[in-house]
Amino acid sequence: MTAPQLQTTRSCPFAPPPEHVQLRDLEAPTKVTMPDGQEAWAVARLEDVRALLTDPRFSSDRSRPGFPVLVKQRPKPGMFRPVLLTMDPPEHGPARRAVVGEFTVRRMEALRPRIQQIVDEHIDALLAGPAPADLVQALSLPVPSLVICEMLGVPYADHDFFQNCSTQMLRRTTPPEQRAKAADEIRSYLRDLLAQKRAHPADDLLTRQLPRYDDPEDLVGLAFLLLIAGHETTANMISLGVVTLLDHPDQLAALLAHPALTPAAVEELLRYFTIAEFATSRVAKEDVELGGALIKAGDGVVTLGNAANRDPAAFARGDEFDVERGARHHIAFGFGPHQCLGQNLARLELQIVFDTLFRRIPSLRLAAGVDDLPFKDDASIYGIYELPVTWSAP
Amino acid sequence: MTKILADTSRCVGAGQCVLTDPDAFDQDEDEGLVIVLAPEPSDEAALERARRAALICPSQALSLAE
Ligand code: HEM
Ligand code: SF4
Repeated sequence: MTAPQLQTTRSCPFAPPPEHVQLRDLEAPTKVTMPDGQEAWAVARLEDVRALLTDPRFSSDRSRPGFPVLVKQRPKPGMFRPVLLTMDPPEHGPARRAVVGEFTVRRMEALRPRIQQIVDEHIDALLAGPAPADLVQALSLPVPSLVICEMLGVPYADHDFFQNCSTQMLRRTTPPEQRAKAADEIRSYLRDLLAQKRAHPADDLLTRQLPRYDDPEDLVGLAFLLLIAGHETTANMISLGVVTLLDHPDQLAALLAHPALTPAAVEELLRYFTIAEFATSRVAKEDVELGGALIKAGDGVVTLGNAANRDPAAFARGDEFDVERGARHHIAFGFGPHQCLGQNLARLELQIVFDTLFRRIPSLRLAAGVDDLPFKDDASIYGIYELPVTWSAP
Repeated sequence: MTKILADTSRCVGAGQCVLTDPDAFDQDEDEGLVIVLAPEPSDEAALERARRAALICPSQALSLAE
């Protein structure tokens, strides 16, 4: 008997697919069929996901044949060289230590004034323009994109180019050749940029990383990962956060009355959407018992992170959105040694955006019905393609 | 007296401990690894924060010793 097909799209924009909840509530992890026809174990209880992500017998190496993929046609193995995200011990630890000092809580906090300024300037521009406007283009994308560009030392003037490439890459429906071409274009762009930095060192993250790498191509891989992970994810969370808060006016009012609640609200939004839920998938290197299932060496494990982040064993009333919950044991940033490198940058950006946007534009509202919004049902990272908003003249 | 133990060889610099209790934890500037500023929680509230930090730490680098 073949395993049931894994549901890969959310039918309700604010909830995991009911099939994922059913899988979570079974006795033990069970096999599902991935879009490419390969089988993988679906893991959806918080405890099991945490166990998976801290067990060194599972690999992050996306080029292993059993690694679960969401696209119909598997990328050819060996197309990309290993990068932080795809490394296992013993390579992963040193690679992470080489860069994690750039992302400490303290380093991120030092960026606060600059991020605030970027957010304010974009809200100024939004208010100066016509209503309705698309918040994705006006705020959600440019803010994290500018921030990561400044950190890395990538000219923001080129953002149209790499945003375009990254949207194509993340769309599951993009044909494989086109996806590979988009990735190649960003790589060759970054290769040239790094050569320039070698000739003209600047005060930025990529320049500081140069001496740490023997093979420049490995740094191209890291720059690529930081550039894409650094703006797409946060951008989607900004848009989803705005929709959700506007949809819960009582909670938005509580937030406006008590700005100290903002960090908790950000954690709640991260948990509630778990936009990168499949990013924590793994493949077994040995036979492992996980949550009552025997996973064989070579088997893939796909994580249903959104269902796990509403696991009743870990979160009371997990399906409810509650800005006061303040739970940080969710796995929206993953868990274990690969837990998101940029998490404290993302937290800061989200806090500043939500703190500023609703205070500066109290009349902000959607210019379309929630049901009519183009949610990213076809992308590796959940979000919204376009978010029409309007406001009354202040 | 309970003591907070940090295994820096496991730490991955996620900073979750610093978010949980900035008075008890910091990260070194260079590698982002945990520094325990206050190894002995001074009261019940501080102890509770230390327990939370140990639970949330993604690399299981923190533990409490009685
Ligand atoms: C709300 C925004 C974000 C979400 C939801 C998110 C989610 C995640 C998740 C789930 C992982 C774990 C993947 C795994 O276990 O294999 C991860 C890893 C990673 N993220 Fe993020 N991320 C966000 C923002 C960022 C930002 C702003 C950056 C960069 C500046 C970033 C850079 C990275 C990197 C480099 C890794 C790989 C870390 C490693 O393998 O050691 N992310 N992210
Ligand atoms: S939470 Fe854990 S991994 Fe993160 S900095 Fe603290 S000790 Fe290190």
